[in-house]
Amino acid sequence: MPDLLRRLLRTPQGAIGLAIILAALVMAIAGTSIAPYSPEQFHPRARFGGPSAAFWLGTDQFGRDLFSRLLAGARATLFYALAATLLGTAAGAVLGTLSAFLGGLVDEVLMRIVDAVMAIPNLLFTLLIVTVLGASGVNALIAIGIAFTPGMARVTRSVALTVRRQDYVAAAIARGESSGYIVLREMLPNVVGPIVVEATIRVAFAVMALATLSFLGLGAQPPSSEWGLMVAEARPYLFRNAWMMIVPGFAIALVAIAFNLFGDGLRDALNPRT
Amino acid sequence: MSASYLARRLLSIVFTVLVVSLLVFGITQVLPADAAVMLLGENATPEQLAAVRTRLGLDQPVWWQYLRWIGGVVRGDLGTSLETGLPVAGEMLTALGRSLLLAALSLLLMLVIAIPLGVIAALRRGKPADVAIGLGSYVGVSMPEFVTATLVLITLGHPEVGLLPATGYVPLTENFGEGLSRLVLPVLTVSVILVAHVARMVRSELVDVLGTDYVRAARLKGLSPRRVLFRHALRNALLPTITIVALDVGYLLGGIIVVEEIFAFPGIGRALIVAIQQRDLPSIQAGALIMATTYALANLCADIAYAALDKRIRYA
Repeated sequence: MPDLLRRLLRTPQGAIGLAIILAALVMAIAGTSIAPYSPEQFHPRARFGGPSAAFWLGTDQFGRDLFSRLLAGARATLFYALAATLLGTAAGAVLGTLSAFLGGLVDEVLMRIVDAVMAIPNLLFTLLIVTVLGASGVNALIAIGIAFTPGMARVTRSVALTVRRQDYVAAAIARGESSGYIVLREMLPNVVGPIVVEATIRVAFAVMALATLSFLGLGAQPPSSEWGLMVAEARPYLFRNAWMMIVPGFAIALVAIAFNLFGDGLRDALNPRT
Repeated sequence: MSASYLARRLLSIVFTVLVVSLLVFGITQVLPADAAVMLLGENATPEQLAAVRTRLGLDQPVWWQYLRWIGGVVRGDLGTSLETGLPVAGEMLTALGRSLLLAALSLLLMLVIAIPLGVIAALRRGKPADVAIGLGSYVGVSMPEFVTATLVLITLGHPEVGLLPATGYVPLTENFGEGLSRLVLPVLTVSVILVAHVARMVRSELVDVLGTDYVRAARLKGLSPRRVLFRHALRNALLPTITIVALDVGYLLGGIIVVEEIFAFPGIGRALIVAIQQRDLPSIQAGALIMATTYALANLCADIAYAALDKRIRYA
């Protein structure tokens, strides 16, 4: 593992991505405790402010400090996106491995259904699920997780099938190793890599999807300062104070970029040959 | 491409649409919305509600309701909107037409921008131009549509700039210039996102192709770099791009939902959002079904185009 980390940090994408992700995580964990103001505190004399010494990133229509709101919203955005990806990855991994393991008719039927579900544009599918569950941050998380499941199942299945056919697995079978040993020691380490890469890049999508749902009023609800919701609240005031939209919009983009970079770096680090 | 391949593909599209229809119908069944209450309002008497339920067939078993609905779909009847009382099919297909116009213009603009960018990045590999294009595409891919759209809105659509009308829609047939000017911002937004994706693809494919033996052979023959690029390398590099563009159509149909919402563009995405907000079940079903079918057909078209352009591909 230290070896992998060293290789990861040697790629510029991996190093930059990891740095931004760590910074964002610190922000999310520390959250309101390092914020200069309460995210709900009104400053009536400082409404629609740009960045200043008192308010680093400006203020909104009630004079609330945008930096404090950004810090408070980091949890609702970052942790929920991570949880949604974890949910989708776990469900997809189970489904994909099962499909590859059982094979035959079950595999065929499962994959046909996965194909059909993936023929629905992803955001549309997520929207439909949220419509059923009701608009809230947690439901948005669940919906994104469910929407990720078919894609992750497809990836897991194809990786598992490829690994199963590798020579080193055949060699282990020929050596007379037990199936438990083969699955755990030979197959799993080689299956996990591509899945982790896929999941990392999907966190970027999860951040964007979560923010999009909140933006459409179907995710986190006020008074939360989830970043997508912050952009939605900035909409009526776009031409009065652009900072209200730029601050959370930039934060979303930065976190998404970081996970994209990190995922690409991880892929390079896991494939030393290329 | 054989006829049997085409038949199999069409069959698989029918299967896909069937699964989607089951899914969409199932989702609208568990929705906490009662169509009869929605039509009559909260103050209706139980007798009135019962009468409407009978008229809509809501007192029938679920599987019968599904069969009735899907039977209607086959005959081109997608149901009646609970909000407007008008047939859903006409409204949704008109909206789809507008969305397709938006999508087609965006794809066109995207190709015009993305291919040269990808080519420049590949030819100047590792140079500042390549790095800049690479960074730019990371940013483009990582910005959610609603952020890109609002950025476009506050820069180009700013009322003080007065360059372009920010939102709304005017049919091209009614006033061509006015209609076109209102399309500019949404088209620009959608293509920004696509450009980022496709330019990366063109670059990596072209880098691969430029390293092949036949390109080296063409160079060693003494052909001009221009001829090597346009006659030999680019044609092969662009082929895989077609597949990516087709995949992007699926993305496009999702992303267009948000862009249409922000620019108040009356396409199918906005129609669907409105339907979801109003819990207008027939419209939700119709919108989702139409979008999924469009996506499946777009993928088929891409495969056919791929086979037509690349003679090495034979679909058996």
